[in-house]
Amino acid sequence: MQARISNIQRFCIHDGPGIRTTVFFQGCLMNCWWCHNPESIFYNDVNAEKFSTKYTPEELLDEIKKDLIFFDESGGGVTFSGGEPLLQPEFLKAILKLCKSNGIHNTIDTTGFCNKNVIEEISELSDLFLYDLKIINNEFHEKFTGVSNKLPLQNLKYLSKNDKIINIRIPLIPNITDTKENILEIIKFLSSLNRKHKINLLAYHRTSAGKYEKYNIENKMKDTKPTSEMKIETIKNEFFSEGFDVKIGG
Amino acid sequence: MKDRIKILRENSLNTKPMISHQRAILLTEFYKSKDISDYSIPVQRALSFKYILENKDICILDNELIVGERGQFPKSTPTYPEICLHSLEDLDILDSRKKISFGVTDETKNIYQEQITPFWKGKSIREKIFEEMSLEWKNAYYAGIFTEFQEQRAPGHTVLGGDTFKKGFNDIKNEINKEIKNLDFSNYSEAANKREELKAMKIVTDSLITFASRHAERIEEIIQTETIPERLRELESMKAICQKVPAIAPQTFWESLQYYWFIHLGVITELNPWDSFNPGRLDQHLLPFYQNDIKKGILTKEKAKELLQAFWIKFNNHPSPPKMGVTAKESNTYTDFSLINLGGVKEDGSDAVNELTYLILDVIEEMRLLQPGSMIQVSKKNPDNFIKRALKIIKTGFGQPSIFNTEEIILELLRQGKSIEDARNGGASGCVETGAFGKESYILTGYFNLPKILEITLNNGIDLQNGKMIGIKTGNPENFSSFDELMIAYEKQLNYFANIKINGNKIIEQIYSNFLPVPFLSILIDDCIKNGKDYNSGGARYNTSYVQGVGLGSITDELTSIKYNVFDKKNFTLGYLLNAMKTNFQGHETLRLKLTYNTPKYGNDDDYADDITRKVFEIFYNAIDGRPNTKGGYFRINFLPTTSHMYFGSVTGAMPDGRKAGEPLSEGISPVQGADTNGPTSVLKSAAKIDHVRTGGTLLNQKFTPQILSSEAGINGLMYLIRTYFKMDGHHIQFNVVTAKTLKKAKKEPEKYRDLIVRVAGYSDYFVDLTNELQDEIIRRTEHENM
Ligand code: SF4
Repeated sequence: MQARISNIQRFCIHDGPGIRTTVFFQGCLMNCWWCHNPESIFYNDVNAEKFSTKYTPEELLDEIKKDLIFFDESGGGVTFSGGEPLLQPEFLKAILKLCKSNGIHNTIDTTGFCNKNVIEEISELSDLFLYDLKIINNEFHEKFTGVSNKLPLQNLKYLSKNDKIINIRIPLIPNITDTKENILEIIKFLSSLNRKHKINLLAYHRTSAGKYEKYNIENKMKDTKPTSEMKIETIKNEFFSEGFDVKIGG
Repeated sequence: MKDRIKILRENSLNTKPMISHQRAILLTEFYKSKDISDYSIPVQRALSFKYILENKDICILDNELIVGERGQFPKSTPTYPEICLHSLEDLDILDSRKKISFGVTDETKNIYQEQITPFWKGKSIREKIFEEMSLEWKNAYYAGIFTEFQEQRAPGHTVLGGDTFKKGFNDIKNEINKEIKNLDFSNYSEAANKREELKAMKIVTDSLITFASRHAERIEEIIQTETIPERLRELESMKAICQKVPAIAPQTFWESLQYYWFIHLGVITELNPWDSFNPGRLDQHLLPFYQNDIKKGILTKEKAKELLQAFWIKFNNHPSPPKMGVTAKESNTYTDFSLINLGGVKEDGSDAVNELTYLILDVIEEMRLLQPGSMIQVSKKNPDNFIKRALKIIKTGFGQPSIFNTEEIILELLRQGKSIEDARNGGASGCVETGAFGKESYILTGYFNLPKILEITLNNGIDLQNGKMIGIKTGNPENFSSFDELMIAYEKQLNYFANIKINGNKIIEQIYSNFLPVPFLSILIDDCIKNGKDYNSGGARYNTSYVQGVGLGSITDELTSIKYNVFDKKNFTLGYLLNAMKTNFQGHETLRLKLTYNTPKYGNDDDYADDITRKVFEIFYNAIDGRPNTKGGYFRINFLPTTSHMYFGSVTGAMPDGRKAGEPLSEGISPVQGADTNGPTSVLKSAAKIDHVRTGGTLLNQKFTPQILSSEAGINGLMYLIRTYFKMDGHHIQFNVVTAKTLKKAKKEPEKYRDLIVRVAGYSDYFVDLTNELQDEIIRRTEHENM
């Protein structure tokens, strides 16, 4: 069994607790306008091959284990991100099991776009979810990400009901996700869940513009200015006043 | 910061270093006086010290709280013709060179021409050393295989221990008298030698007391004309302090600072030791005085801070004595390497961080001065808060404090045979050098160019730079059938040069022992008095001589490249590679890129490369460690470069890792600039693969952009990085927090960035004072921006 991994980044300190190694899976079924890793979207095509390296679970474990001493000292571990790690569920299960047996804390950074049985199985093995929540209005969701949000929302409900530890990550994309209506709808949705999960507001940066250019991928957000700091504060306060534990940044 | 401190600080920052001829004249006058030949050499040295301290100008500035200058005013820097006699050309160079210059007046030049040069010509230690060194030594020295610390500077590298703060010089005199009384003349010549040394020690003890009382007299004169009542009260206190210390043991916080400062001046006036001198574990030594004064109500936290700030300025007033030639290249800085130690553990092994630790960190942050340097010793027993406080200072980007591993330092010292108490009272000084404070003479003898020796090996003993045979014949490498054969040849060459270096240093040790004893430094370091023996003759409890390996990252990458490309992958033959290197890769750019980008490198937690680091480490270690010196101690290794990686790079041709001729080598145990592409955790993993415990210190430099330290998560991340590195027995790590953009701007517009201090290699320096090449190197160093 092998998976396509687009990158392994060490000393990550914003993707879960402690010092972490983040493993980026190649491939995503969404196609968000603002994607920070546009080269990691390609799945099962020549581009996917170009941007990734194949690993067996054991090989990947060896790479992860290199920083074990840092994980132990800092309460860190490994974060599986992407792309979409849930798109290669059999591999993910295998590597999660290996991490478990080696005492390595794991985090799954996901959009939740997968079938119910996948999320059920993975949730048995995972320690923490960083769960992307983008747009509640399905029409807009389809427009800006290319897919329906039915599965992501369902799966989030499932995880919450089963008492999983979840940090909700909301990308603040100017005029797409940071609109008043969307924020209110998100609050309403999150308030309906089992408990009030932690929230991270991730501001849009233009740092990935270079990648779009370099790889010749169409950038639909080209001239977009990031959400103003004041607006981010306002949004934060809206969550705060509803009793959420909310933080700007990872 | 109070106004008076601001004024003193500005004064210190803005004063241009000048050469002062006063010490040279006084010394010459003394040695010209006819009757000195009746005295033994130690007594001569002691009397010359006395003569200088009795006659040199006393400098007391307005606003000062701690008094005493080595020269006639701040940054006026004496010369030491008995060690290194500057020629008129030297003086011109010092005066006119762009970096690390010293103003030289016409008067000074005249005095040199008429009095100093005629008298000292042929008598200086430097001349003696070059007379005594073998042809092989000279060949290696001039080729840049190694440097020699003691050719312009006296052996120093020592640090004051805590015991000295508990006694006055009258007490020290009693100890000396006791030893004189107990001399056993059944072995006459030994006892006679001891008697002369002890006599000399007594003279210098009195000399410093006299020097302090001259300050009291001068203060009294100032009092006569002072009108502001507040200052008058202060001056009265200062006068009383100078009348009391160093004769009587200090009892208050203020007294203890002034006491140390007189001692410091004594050491750096007696000779020009490298490093200067160092109060060491300052937060430990001063704590009892601080607590006592606060309890008695005679000191406030604010006042203590002000006194410490005044003390800090004193260090900054004293640039390192002028260096020339190779010595200037290997250590191109005004810094004189006093390194204040904070934190760590107490003698009983418990957590040593205290309220004064934090107060001193506040002082470091506010003063932002080049000197003194500062470091924190991090023990697993110290609180996280201590590291975080230090990181918040590091974040401001002036390269201080650097960070050391207490437990590992203790292991190093124990391995070298020190007692557990002496080990716990020790620390690191200079850049990263481990020592038993107050009890050890640990001399750096010179840098050792590990990559250059490979260049010699690849050319069967010949130095390509001049075509001279300077090594030994170890075979034409093109005929080697395995990588191991190359390693064996490298080891032979390295052993050959290590022997030359060590034999040279044994002679140099004897020259200092015979001609330049240091009775003043000797009274400060145990057990010189008890042994009746000089610091320079093995009087200290422990005596260590270090050879500092340079270019560990470079040599690893060079050997790795040959193993990988020539022997394992068979991408090309060694002959092909050597030819490309001879042309400095001209017309071989594709090859060079392959060597640079597609070959395993040290610093990425890749055992393919790191196994070679370990091998080189063992070869170097086996060549040096445990060889006896002439002082009853041993030669040891450590890994630090100051600025010698630039100099060594300049004398080393193109190398198999794609490095072009003349470019800098890697510094300390850091990876080659830009070769680490896996982030800091991988760098630390690679760096921890050598056995730090069997060294006397290693230096690891990591550069971060300020963003990483702008969040709590970033501060925590770095703290865990440090803790983990130390768990792996790493010795030291330092962080340079600046953006490349800022540095580029600073290079273009130096005048706007006068205050930009960066971490160079084991010490901090003003960026604008660095050479162009060094500036470029710092800009190039990997930035870990991606966080
Ligand atoms: S879900 Fe994430 S990886 Fe996939 S397209 Fe959207 S932003 Fe990119």
